[in-house]
Amino acid sequence: MNKVVLSADAAVADIASGATVMLGGFGLCGIPETLIAALVRLGVQGLHTISNNMGVDGFGMGLMLEAGMIASHVGSYVGENRRLETMVLQGQLDLTLIPQGTLAERIRAGGAGIPAFYVPTGLGTVVAEGKETRQIGERMYVLEHALHADVALVKAWKGDRLGNLVYRKTARNFNPAMATAADLTIAEVEELVEPGELDPDQIVTPGIYVDRVVVGAAYRKPIEAEFIRSGGAA
Amino acid sequence: MSGKERIARRIALELRDGFYVNLGIGLPTMITAFVPAGMDVTFQSENGMLGVGPAPAAGAADPDLINAGKQPVTELPGCSYFGSEESFAMIRGGHMDMSVLGAMQVDEAGNLANWTIPGKMVKGMGGAMDLVAGARRVIVAMEHQTKEGASRILKACTLPLTGTHVVHDIVTELCWIRVSAEGLVLTEVAEGLTPQEVQARTEAKLIVSPEVRTMAMVGA
Repeated sequence: MNKVVLSADAAVADIASGATVMLGGFGLCGIPETLIAALVRLGVQGLHTISNNMGVDGFGMGLMLEAGMIASHVGSYVGENRRLETMVLQGQLDLTLIPQGTLAERIRAGGAGIPAFYVPTGLGTVVAEGKETRQIGERMYVLEHALHADVALVKAWKGDRLGNLVYRKTARNFNPAMATAADLTIAEVEELVEPGELDPDQIVTPGIYVDRVVVGAAYRKPIEAEFIRSGGAA
Repeated sequence: MSGKERIARRIALELRDGFYVNLGIGLPTMITAFVPAGMDVTFQSENGMLGVGPAPAAGAADPDLINAGKQPVTELPGCSYFGSEESFAMIRGGHMDMSVLGAMQVDEAGNLANWTIPGKMVKGMGGAMDLVAGARRVIVAMEHQTKEGASRILKACTLPLTGTHVVHDIVTELCWIRVSAEGLVLTEVAEGLTPQEVQARTEAKLIVSPEVRTMAMVGA
């Protein structure tokens, strides 16, 4: 078995306009830089993206936003992304904000065959509006549904041709959960190793979840706080 | 000493040996500098880390190692990494002893608003809704009034809520307020202030505790 695709452009070539795409990362940490660049080159339109953040102006998913290829977005945080905030306030982008933990669990559920589940999060807020609530024991809970995507683009540290992945430090974040929750999962890795080189006890994403592996190159990995402070020059 | 630092130093007094604590972005993160000597407190960062250490030396930042505020941090011995789903399982599952977070508004019912101003600002709730729903103790750390001098502690929040009946304590540079079934109880006031002076800067009704005392703080 060999899931390695030689170029990022080839790996994303069959992603269609209008697809629902999950993208791993927290801020600019652990984002699939190489696959995002390839997706922007591919030039698809009307994507429905699911990602905790949406990069910043000039980097990460911010580049997809600038390319006008995103029709709607589901995430938990806008933070310092000025373009995104402006587009949302002006009604140019359909943004759904959901609690970060609920986002993570909805993705996990999507990959785990759990259609819906109850959480206490968001009870009595706009997040719970229109959703079923139920008392279990002494507490009220909100019913949340699983999230699934056509494509997940994830970033790992090391991987092998079977799709086994390990992550590095806090660059793990949403990547392992998203890898399980899409019809097509494409992983970019910093380093491709031979099967058997990764300690089986340390593998975080078993290869069954991964369809394609791409080796990324020329990582910039800007630190978001510094990138914003320097006006994008970091 | 700034008001924010006084708040951080006061909340640090609530830490206990063995606590697992999540600190929000901004002011709450300042508390890490005031952990009492010899006390073992483990800080969690919701992007997937337990055992968060201080900021790295200049030039030593690792872009794969950041906190929830997207600032570079370091590892402490015994730290661990995990995915976002695991991070929030430990938050939602009641494993965090304490969550300290900022707010735009808090009210008499212990409701909290801190993620959006309709038509003006879209920040996002991030992990705040999960934290207030799951942490054993929720402390709001914020400046008492807005830059324009308006009270942030209201009879009822006017902004979209982050959680309802979730706040246990409110700490500002002026006072400590405990949220109770009867309402907001003023338990401590900053040195040089009277309870009446604090009430005058607060929209919500404050019940002055019979044991009201001067605010203490770490290292002061």
